[in-house]
Amino acid sequence: MSKAAWSTFELMAVAAAREIANGEVVFAGTGLPMLAALLAQRTHAPESNIIFEAGSVDPRMQQLPMSVGDSRTLLKAAQAAGLFEVFNYVLQGGRVDVGFLGGAQIDRYGNLNSTAIGTDPRRPEVRLPGSGGSADLAALSKRTVIVARHERRRLPERVDYCTSPGWLSGGRSRQEAGIRGGGPAALVTTMAVIRYRADSHEPYLSSYHPGFSPAQVQSQTGFKLDLADAIETPAPAPEELAVLRNTVDPERIFLR
Amino acid sequence: MNTKVIGLEEAAALVPSGASVSIGGFTSQRHPSALLRALVRKGVRDLTIYYHSAGSDVDLLIGAGCVRRLEGAYLADGVLAPIAPNFRRHVQQGRLEVEDYSNAAMMARFAAGAMGLPFLPTRSMLGTDMVDEVPADRTPGRTEAGTPKKLVAHCPFSGDKVVLVPAIRTDFCLLHVQQASAQGLVRIEGQEFLDVQQALSADSVIVTCEELVDDDHLRLEPERNRIPPFAVQAVVPARFGAHPHSVHNHYDYDPDHLAAYDTAARSDETFARYLETFVFGPADHCAYLGAIGGLRRLD
Repeated sequence: MSKAAWSTFELMAVAAAREIANGEVVFAGTGLPMLAALLAQRTHAPESNIIFEAGSVDPRMQQLPMSVGDSRTLLKAAQAAGLFEVFNYVLQGGRVDVGFLGGAQIDRYGNLNSTAIGTDPRRPEVRLPGSGGSADLAALSKRTVIVARHERRRLPERVDYCTSPGWLSGGRSRQEAGIRGGGPAALVTTMAVIRYRADSHEPYLSSYHPGFSPAQVQSQTGFKLDLADAIETPAPAPEELAVLRNTVDPERIFLR
Repeated sequence: MNTKVIGLEEAAALVPSGASVSIGGFTSQRHPSALLRALVRKGVRDLTIYYHSAGSDVDLLIGAGCVRRLEGAYLADGVLAPIAPNFRRHVQQGRLEVEDYSNAAMMARFAAGAMGLPFLPTRSMLGTDMVDEVPADRTPGRTEAGTPKKLVAHCPFSGDKVVLVPAIRTDFCLLHVQQASAQGLVRIEGQEFLDVQQALSADSVIVTCEELVDDDHLRLEPERNRIPPFAVQAVVPARFGAHPHSVHNHYDYDPDHLAAYDTAARSDETFARYLETFVFGPADHCAYLGAIGGLRRLD
C-alpha cells in the first residue's frame, strides 16, 4: 500500500460526509458519524441540521462531544429538548433524512446487531450495550448510513440478533414487515463503500479504498458482493482534510 | 410550609429490596449517583430497573449485586466507555435477566405510564429480534410468566403495522436535577432526557439536587419548571451528587474516574475493591468527595 497523505479514518469521515446533502436533517451519534456530520456542515452542506437523541436539536458545536447527552451538544442549539420530542416529533414524525448507525455485526442486507453475539441472547457469548436509538433510526430515518471496521467476523451472512433492521432478507421483506423508513443507503468501512441494488437490495461493492483491491474486500466480507461496478474510492479533497483537521477535530480526539 | 427535604441515607432507606426503580439521566449525564451509592451501602437487593440509555449508574448497581432484572434499551457510557463491564459479565454468566427494547419503545412505555394509559404503539422495532414475532427459541421478549411484552398489531383505523408496548409503572423514580425547592418543585436545565416521563410514571419520586432553592423563586418563571411538587415525595440536597457523571451548567463528567471505573468493573474482584474505596469506605457523600480528590479537583 502506498503511503497516503490521509488516514483510513479520515477517508471514512470524508466518504460518510459526502452521503449528506445540503439542507438535510442528520441524526448522528458520537465518533466518526459526528465528524462526518460536522465536516458536511462546514463544507458542502452548510444548511444541514444535526439532531442528537438525548435532546439537542440543531446546535453549532465548537467542541466534539463524547456522548450524545453531553453539554457540548447544546452550544447555540435551536432547542434543548428530551427523548420525547426527538423520538416522537423529529424521528417518528418522519423529519430525519439520514441516520448514522454502527454495530458489532452487519449482515448481507445491512441488518445490525448491537445486542448479543451467540446463539442464545439470554446467555450470549458477548453481551453488547443494546439498541439505544439504533433500531429507531434504522426503522424511521428516510435512509441510513452504516459505518464499520471491515473484518470478516463483523460482516456475516446473517446477524446473530437483529437489533436494527436493514433490508431484512432483501426484496420486499422490509416493506412487508411494515417498516416505513427507507433503509440502508451505504455501508462505509475501513476498506470500502458498499451499497444495495434498487429492488433486490443485494449488496454491491460501490468503491474500494486506495490500497485495496475488490478481491481483497471480498475476502474480508462474510457475504457475496457484486464487484461489477466497483471503482476506487475518491481521495479526500485538500479542503475536506483541512476542515476536518483544523476545525472539526483540532484536538485530535478521534483523528489520530 | 411542609418540607420534603431529607438526607441521602434517609432517602436510600425508602427504597426496599425487590422494588421497581427507574433512574434519571442519560449514559454519562445527570444520574443521582450519590443516592445510588447510598442504596448500595444500605444493601438493597433484587431491584427491577427500567431504563432507556443508562450508563455506569445502573452498571454500579449491577456490580454491587442490587439488581435482579433489567428492561431497557442501552447500557454503556458512550464513547467514554463503550462497554458496561458489570452488565456484560453478569448477563454473559446468566446472573441477570434482561429484556431489550429500543429507546423509542422505552420512551413510549414511560410516556404511557405517565399518561395513565395501558400501552402505546410505536412504528419502531418491526422486523427486529426484540419483537415477539421471531421464533420463541430466539427471543427474550417474554416475562417469566410467559406474557408477551411487545405485540405486533394492525392500527384499527389505517391498517398500518405497529408494535404495542406496555406502560411502565415503577415503585420509585430517582432523579438528579439542577434545582428543586423544599416543597418538591423541580427545574431541569439543558436536555431533560426522559426524566419527566420517568418521574410521572412512578409512584414515588426522590429528587437529589445541586441546589435547594426557594419555592417562590422557582414560581417566578413557571415555564422553566418541569415536575410539579405533588408528584415528588422527597428532596435531597446533594452538591456534586451526579459525580462521576456530568450536570449541565454545573460540571462536566470526570473522564479519569469513569476510565478507572471501566477498568475496575471488568472483574468481580477488582470491582469489590472499587466499591470498598468509593462506596463502602466513605461513610457519606462528603467523605466520597474527599475520596475522589476533594472539591478542589471538582472545581
